[in-house]
Amino acid sequence: MSNIYLDYNATSPVRPEVLEVMLPFYREQFGNPSSVHWAGRQVSGALEKAREQVAALFNDSPAEIVFVSCGSEGDNMAIKGTLDALKEKGNHIITTSIEHPAVLETCQYLEKQGYDVTYLPVDRDGMLDLDDLEAAITEKTVLISVMWANNETGNIYPIEQIGRIARKYNIRFHTDAVQAVGKIPVDVQKANVDLLVISGHKIGAPKGVGALYVRRGTRMSALMHGGHQERNRRAGTQNVAGIVGLGKACELALAELDEYYDRVRALRDRLEDGVLSQVPDIKLNGTPDREKRLPNTLNVSFAYIEGESLLLNLDMFGIAASSGSACTSGSLEPSHVMGAMCVEVTLAHSSTRFSLGPETTESEIDKVLEVLPATVQRLRDMSPLYNCGRTAEGCETCETVRRI
Amino acid sequence: MYTDKVMDHFTNPRNVGEIEDASGVGEVGNASCGDIMKIFLKVEDNIIRDVKFKTFGCGAAIATSSMVTEMAIGKTIDEALELSNQAVAEALDGLPAQKMHCSNLAADALHEAIKNYKEQNG
Repeated sequence: MSNIYLDYNATSPVRPEVLEVMLPFYREQFGNPSSVHWAGRQVSGALEKAREQVAALFNDSPAEIVFVSCGSEGDNMAIKGTLDALKEKGNHIITTSIEHPAVLETCQYLEKQGYDVTYLPVDRDGMLDLDDLEAAITEKTVLISVMWANNETGNIYPIEQIGRIARKYNIRFHTDAVQAVGKIPVDVQKANVDLLVISGHKIGAPKGVGALYVRRGTRMSALMHGGHQERNRRAGTQNVAGIVGLGKACELALAELDEYYDRVRALRDRLEDGVLSQVPDIKLNGTPDREKRLPNTLNVSFAYIEGESLLLNLDMFGIAASSGSACTSGSLEPSHVMGAMCVEVTLAHSSTRFSLGPETTESEIDKVLEVLPATVQRLRDMSPLYNCGRTAEGCETCETVRRI
Repeated sequence: MYTDKVMDHFTNPRNVGEIEDASGVGEVGNASCGDIMKIFLKVEDNIIRDVKFKTFGCGAAIATSSMVTEMAIGKTIDEALELSNQAVAEALDGLPAQKMHCSNLAADALHEAIKNYKEQNG
């Protein structure tokens, strides 16, 4: 039995075309791009080519791309760097309660340093009310940070509208586009984004490389101090092979975007329709409007059972998915995204995410649909919550779900 | 992350179900933390003749529930009260550190069921 990987929002395998262009940069073209001699010159061109490939994917200019080590670094740099550079101007950040920890934990750290943060709430579908955003703006607001798409639910946020609001009030706008890029069109000009973060390993490049787009003329303090690399934005010798791989992955993503969307969307819809029709007592997490969700993501909660035990059962069939249960998050609380959406607590513990990728096939989806209903039923038959007439715990009483 | 014994008890849990005319029923855990264990006992002549469980929870929660039923069957009430969560975890060749305090409640559920039995039988 072959394995079925449905956890592309966690990471993706390096694409063969990407690996192929990377390999020469480990042995033959090993130079330091900052060196003036032949070895350095061999690689500096490759770095600049990659910068063009990355820039083309979200319609900016290569000089606005800073290579970093991962999405978390990019988010940290964008937020801390902005707040530090603009500290004379203000001390208030507006973000959302459903951001990735790379943004949320950074904001919470800054709160401890004396900054003010507003965490915008979301509705039960996980969507924002932009009136809340405008109402939260004060004369001290220097940064708005809203993710382009959510990693757990796949919800896509109205980045263009938020960009217009940011411009209207002359506030810097950062977006974590780690999940969006390569899956849907991402255009920094249309959306008026000032800072945007991507991560290589979500789009078929290796782990350990990412990029931060910084709009020309945007003042930002450095996070990493040292050499003059990346126009003094980010010190440290560049991960040349990784960056070359990221460039190739971005080039492929741009060329294949329409085809990817249609193909993956059809498979996800097949999975979603199948799950919703074959398994009773389930809840879709995220917006039911599929146009406003990433084409590859399905997040559902199966009432009466817990997420980790479902994942382990699916794993026995070689199926890899992920869960928002406490057990898989390494804490005692289920996912903060489910908490922010006010998902009833046992349902939050059972939230299960299937995220498809370019290598997913129709027969894999059919295999999941064959295995899933019986697996869910087996765990339900073991559950003290099933068929016992208990009522769900209301949002008002779910004390342990963290609400920011 | 789980031992072979945990995976064995998780994939083939022993004594799943309910006892209709149970001598005692105990439940621990809560929905918020993601683990609920319910234990049903059949006691005759002060000896635990049968134990069944129903559990909502992760792999460790299901495995410890299964293990505690095996360990309790055949024991006297007093012997069963001596069973600790730690002993259940050890019988499974250990649990991951982060599971020790949240999902290792099976002995507590057994003790609750015994308490319930004692209340009913004065």
